[in-house]
Amino acid sequence: MEPARADIYVGKDRQVHCEGAWTLQYLADLERRLAGFSWPDLTDLTCDASNITAMDTGGAVLLYRGLGALEREGRRVALRGLRPEFAELVRMVSLNWTWIEPAAAPPKPSWLEKIGRRTWDRLLGGAGALAFLGESVAVLLRLVGVPRSLRWRVVLGSLETDGFNALPITGLLTFLMGVVIAYQGAEQLRTFGANIFVVDLVGISLLREIAPLVTAILVAGRSGSAYTAQIGTMKVTEELDALRTLGISPIEFLVLPRVLALIVALPLLTVYADVVGVFGGMLIAASQLGVSFSEFVSRFHDAIALRHFLIGVGKAPVFAIIVALVGCYQGFQSGGGVDSIGRHTTISVVQAIFLVIVFDAGFSVLFNWWKV
Amino acid sequence: MVFAATRSEPPLIEVHHVCSRFGPVAVHDDVSLEVYRGELFAIAGGNGAGKSTLMREIILLREPSSGSIRVFGQDIQSLSDAEALKLRRRCGVMFQHGALFSSLTVMENVAVPLREHTRLSKGLIAEIAAFKIALTGFPWASVAKYPSELSGGMRRRAALARAIALDPELLFLDEPTAGLDPMSASGFDELIQQLKELLGLTIVMVTHDLDSLWRVADRVAVLGNGKVLGTGTMEELSRVEDPMIREYFHGPRGRAAREQAWNRK
Repeated sequence: MEPARADIYVGKDRQVHCEGAWTLQYLADLERRLAGFSWPDLTDLTCDASNITAMDTGGAVLLYRGLGALEREGRRVALRGLRPEFAELVRMVSLNWTWIEPAAAPPKPSWLEKIGRRTWDRLLGGAGALAFLGESVAVLLRLVGVPRSLRWRVVLGSLETDGFNALPITGLLTFLMGVVIAYQGAEQLRTFGANIFVVDLVGISLLREIAPLVTAILVAGRSGSAYTAQIGTMKVTEELDALRTLGISPIEFLVLPRVLALIVALPLLTVYADVVGVFGGMLIAASQLGVSFSEFVSRFHDAIALRHFLIGVGKAPVFAIIVALVGCYQGFQSGGGVDSIGRHTTISVVQAIFLVIVFDAGFSVLFNWWKV
Repeated sequence: MVFAATRSEPPLIEVHHVCSRFGPVAVHDDVSLEVYRGELFAIAGGNGAGKSTLMREIILLREPSSGSIRVFGQDIQSLSDAEALKLRRRCGVMFQHGALFSSLTVMENVAVPLREHTRLSKGLIAEIAAFKIALTGFPWASVAKYPSELSGGMRRRAALARAIALDPELLFLDEPTAGLDPMSASGFDELIQQLKELLGLTIVMVTHDLDSLWRVADRVAVLGNGKVLGTGTMEELSRVEDPMIREYFHGPRGRAAREQAWNRK
């Protein structure tokens, strides 16, 4: 039976003997052996390879690399007895070695180059976003003249999936938000005997801030990401190019219907969130603070000005535009491979939520100036 | 019609009476064939003849509805997971569209099997991968590129480099020359033949490229109507009287490919 393992050792005759199967299976051990190998102290080495019973390309690379290292040390190596078919493999390695080496260890870019590349990429990204925004507005303006050419069917479909289908989760979340706020306030208010003010607390915070914000964040995660994935996949499968060659603007066909659908859906969702959230607060007010439903409602009527509701619902369309545009833009940005869709979907959700909160903060400052 | 092959060694792949169904549609209805060590075996046939399905069944991606397949003498339906893994390591597969991992560069793509299945050092893995890439004639200036930045021909070569990364004994090629220009296609045929000699490969190639069949295939099985219409060398097959095979080989394209093959000889 031939020796199955691969081996290399120095014999009594001070020759290097290579043996066994120099194949990938045994190569790892062999490589480790070679790393700490004590070569005989000779300038003219003889390497007996006649007992190599099998060799694949990995073995050939390892053998050639070992010989090369010895020759760099200034020794001469005579390789003897290698079977012709294995010698052919080693010859192929030697023919290609001039570029195997640099390809295997490509130079790493310097930090300066990295910074430069990143900056340039960011700048290009910014310019791309502006161009996308500009094109969307241009297409919108063109469509305002001929509203019939808008894809109403797509708008309606989007309204259902992004609006109607989001009702349960939006309701549940804002209901819980109402419950949480009322609970947190109840403790403090009871100490001052100001139980009835739970209405102001729940009403203003929900209507003005929390309902629109939570709804927008939810839609960003639910629909913005879907937009990115859909459009990104269409880009990878060249469907976007197909649309262009058919004379259909992808922005008109894919982006505007989605933006319009969200502009309608998000304020409606916000109103629904207001109602459910306040109802949640009302339940806690009744059970924890002894504020009955009728007291709650009459106080709500007196204490909560209409403007709070309007401000909350008024912010929703802005959030809708942000979520839809960011989602679609990131879809167009993805390209090349499958992994880029995943990456851009993440970016889309993070950017959309980030921008929604930044705009919300901006609104707060603005309304404070105007004293509303 | 089957031309008896007289060989001493048992076949590397034996497909016995395989039937495959997709719902009510039968793709294979009693398909049998044998592939021997060291040959370049081509599976030919029209679109939808079940060539790729048969290949997928041999490489353990799909189970046939009935019948048995033996690879390296083992019945692949009764393999344990560990045995299946061993078998897979002995086979390399090049998919029709390359199926390169899009998040990795060409170099990293070829290194994936080596990194997963060996415990070699990073340096040696990179060198072996680079050598494989060199063998396929992939332009070395592009090894750090991502698959999306490559042309079709380059992608094909990179996929081939990955398929031979582990020095498989058995190499499967799914439509290796489809969609390549005639020059690239014949270049690819030559490459496959060189690699076969150099690495001692047995190759199973699914194709309907008649030029390619004449140029490189040692034996060809023609699939049609869910059956093997004929097996043999191209010369043998081109003499067969079966109307479907005649249609396949003696259509205008078939004739041109054949004449070309003769002129070369």
